[in-house]
Amino acid sequence: MNYLASIGSYAIMIKEVFRKPTKWRIMKSLLFKEIDELIYGSLGILVFISFFIGGVVAIQTALNITSELIPKNLVGFATRQSIILEFAPTFCSIIMAGKVGSYITSSIGTMRVTEQIDALEVMGVNALNYLVFPKIIALLLYPFVIAISMYVGILGGWVAAVFGGFSTSADFTEGIQLDFIPFHVTYAFIKTLVFAFILATIPSYHGFYMKGGALEVGKAATTSFVWTSVVIIILNYILTQLLLG
Amino acid sequence: MIEVNDIYKSFGDTPILKGISTVLEKGKTNLIIGQSGSGKTVFLKCLLGLYAPDKGNISLDGKIYSELSPREQRNLRQDMGMVFQGSALFDSMTVEGNVKFPLEMFTDQSPSEMQDRVDFVLNRVNLIDAHKKYPSEISGGMQKRVAIARAIVMNPKYLFCDEPNSGLDPRTAIIIDNLIQEITKEYDITTVINTHDMNSVMEIGEKIVFLKHGIKEWEGTKDEIFKTNNEAVTNFVYSSELFKKVRQMYIEERD
Repeated sequence: MNYLASIGSYAIMIKEVFRKPTKWRIMKSLLFKEIDELIYGSLGILVFISFFIGGVVAIQTALNITSELIPKNLVGFATRQSIILEFAPTFCSIIMAGKVGSYITSSIGTMRVTEQIDALEVMGVNALNYLVFPKIIALLLYPFVIAISMYVGILGGWVAAVFGGFSTSADFTEGIQLDFIPFHVTYAFIKTLVFAFILATIPSYHGFYMKGGALEVGKAATTSFVWTSVVIIILNYILTQLLLG
Repeated sequence: MIEVNDIYKSFGDTPILKGISTVLEKGKTNLIIGQSGSGKTVFLKCLLGLYAPDKGNISLDGKIYSELSPREQRNLRQDMGMVFQGSALFDSMTVEGNVKFPLEMFTDQSPSEMQDRVDFVLNRVNLIDAHKKYPSEISGGMQKRVAIARAIVMNPKYLFCDEPNSGLDPRTAIIIDNLIQEITKEYDITTVINTHDMNSVMEIGEKIVFLKHGIKEWEGTKDEIFKTNNEAVTNFVYSSELFKKVRQMYIEERD
């Protein structure tokens, strides 16, 4: 029953987020601030992780090709498919649930604990629109981050494969281009957009409706990470079935 | 003026307010006192419109809050200023940004007009050099002043303060109390203060409402509180030896 009540209050929260918008003059500055914190601030860690994961995927694929019958371009092919289909959209979103999700929950939760949200409500400000809406809009830029992650991941695979002596540049490049289905990129971006919405709203929900003090802010951040990850994993399965199944 | 007519409020099966009626007067500092758990905060949140009473109504200068449309309620909110117990300043904004926030949100003033108003209210609360500082960079007393400045920047008709001097040293607490009283007189606003600080009661209590277990046990002025024989009030107000002696001296002087 508690889960049902939570889903209900999450739905009500989403409705409230889009009601009674904040003045554009203020919203504009909030948007730039959120883009800076949520998108620009996450680029470094995602680029770093993507590069090395791409490299590891390439090395592991190469090490598992033991038969002479399997073409060497499979290393590039497998790296591309792994990065575009799963690593960049899904694995990066789980990382973002930890980085951005915890930040969102703890910042909104701290505002709740220190009565800053009450202050907004007393003034007649729609606190949900003021706090959550700019995060949703900022995270619409998340697919651009994932596009960069895809590029850097494949680049990492190329560097590891070529400089590690597992494949030639020509084989790897041929693999990257082999049987390329453009819809796979579309599928990845559709997933990314859905995950972006989840990344903005579930952590906000856990922060906004939290009760208690500083200790509960920490607990709320942990709970928010767990639930954001669970929802991303479940939606990943559903979307894959719907779009590729 | 705020008229409270027989309000009840429960959370689940727990009744918090049990039929409170009172009149909170314009141009006066109205103090709500009572022990922790007496319903003071819920009462204040009902006055602010954050909680709707289960029964009874609250009239703000003739406007019954629960009968107003959401738009009218929002407009009425802009006539209210609130000073929170912990100041509730926005951490991400400077002192100036905090005070300017309601103006940016609800008015179409030009940047220079806003700046003039912000400078004026910050001067009024005696904060001269703190404009560009963040809340974490200033003292608790200064934070309270900023909270008061933010609460009065829109020229409110009603000022609500929840434990405005909690966590402050006695001298700063008196300065904050006096500031609130001066502002109340100067702008002729209805000020409601939730407190259990007896210094505030003796200093600025022009009207005092004593709550006990969600019921209005007593009401009167700071002079009447010396004379009352209401056991619940005397047990609460004169719980310290110092205040017992003060009361004794007052009675002896009077006789």
